Amino acid sequence: MGVTEEVQGVRPPLGMLAELTHRCPLHCPYCSNPVELVTRERELGTEEWCSVLDQARDLGVLQVHLSGGEPLARPDLPELVTRASGLGCYVSLVTSGLGLTEARLADLVDRGLAHVQLSVQGADAARANLLAGAKAHDHKLTAAALVKRFELPLSVNVVLHRANHDQLEGMIALAERMGADRLELANTQFYGWALRNRDALLPTREQLAAAEPVVRAAIERLKGSMQVVYVLSDYYEQYPKPCMSGWGAQQLTVAPDGTVLPCPAATAITTLPLENVRERPLAEIWYDSESFNAYRGEDWMREPCRTCERRTVDFGGCRCQAFQLTGDAAATDPVCRRSPDRGLVDVLLEPPHGSGEFVMRGVR
Amino acid sequence: MTPRLRCGVRLTYDRTRQTHVLLFPEGVLVPNATAAAVLELCDGERTVPDIAAALGERYAGVREGDVGDVLARLVDRQVVEWA
Ligand code: SF4
Ligand code: SF4
Repeated sequence: MGVTEEVQGVRPPLGMLAELTHRCPLHCPYCSNPVELVTRERELGTEEWCSVLDQARDLGVLQVHLSGGEPLARPDLPELVTRASGLGCYVSLVTSGLGLTEARLADLVDRGLAHVQLSVQGADAARANLLAGAKAHDHKLTAAALVKRFELPLSVNVVLHRANHDQLEGMIALAERMGADRLELANTQFYGWALRNRDALLPTREQLAAAEPVVRAAIERLKGSMQVVYVLSDYYEQYPKPCMSGWGAQQLTVAPDGTVLPCPAATAITTLPLENVRERPLAEIWYDSESFNAYRGEDWMREPCRTCERRTVDFGGCRCQAFQLTGDAAATDPVCRRSPDRGLVDVLLEPPHGSGEFVMRGVR
Repeated sequence: MTPRLRCGVRLTYDRTRQTHVLLFPEGVLVPNATAAAVLELCDGERTVPDIAAALGERYAGVREGDVGDVLARLVDRQVVEWA
């Protein structure tokens, strides 16, 4: 006997990533925020975000990720947590941990916060602070301890790249010490600031080969106590990632200024006519907008995707990546071995790699 | 042994989809009607026989073995644990 229902047909969204602000006390060079950050003046106000949350729940959203930048930079965060949880959504806070004091967390938990995702940049303070461009590491240890004290599930998110792969084991051990319930080890995906820093961030083949047994052993050893999820470095793979489980299929992102994105990186596709909740109801944008319908389903696909048996598995890969690397968002993700553009990725994998110098993410 | 929802797992009714949903950090599960009925009774106090008895008041032909079976699957999906 099964325990779940199969849901058929065109579906309402399950999750919303609410990027409350792009402001952040950290300056991670791998940040996926766009290089053109939204300024404070252009951010949605409290009433506007409340309306977005109402509309999202009406539309079917059940998971709300309050993210950024650093969502704690918004003084109205408590109000937004109250609103989202009051609507029956599962509310996650995606945070760097900076500014998460005991009083603030106690208040957020009271208001219905369900889960905290905490980013970690390195295994020790010296490396982590260097990569974050801020004295952040010790705050994270404090934040993790607080989350555990309030008995919330804790996810630790690590973005892996050339300058921290050597600390992989140390970061797994750190997540264990923090008492994480879930650890996401995600190789950098190249969007926004990360794309700008790709030369310095792209891991080497040797690093990835060394990581594989470490990750496998951790998954095995920690089964039942900490779920370990590993996100591959797609440039080195044969086939692309099933980006967003399909365009406009399950998730939507609302940027700080109210722009509604089918994928968090979609501002990269400059040919896509994006719409804004300030001008159009969320439900109309989800169901009727050109941007959400552009790459929904399979009609937009060309060869080799159109007739490929994997199209229901990976949906032709990532539209943003296709655009960034080929200039055509409807192209097969060039990561795919079957793409005529795979050569564009292969040249990037050839040594020598860049200098290792980062452009740190902008201030604000 | 008394089953309960794992830390961070919440069961709610979704009026958009008109069904119960299980929410947890990185996902959503839509339990079928039987699983939802069992989940509503997983409070960490009731035992499997208690749950079967409570369901028996509402539905005909509820067997303890079936309840245990549903629970085993929910444990597999990491949404229920034994207290
Ligand atoms: S990746 Fe770093 S800089 Fe970007 S939002 Fe997260 S903590 Fe801030
Ligand atoms: S050709 Fe398209 S559908 Fe087939 S594996 Fe490559 S990206 Fe996926």
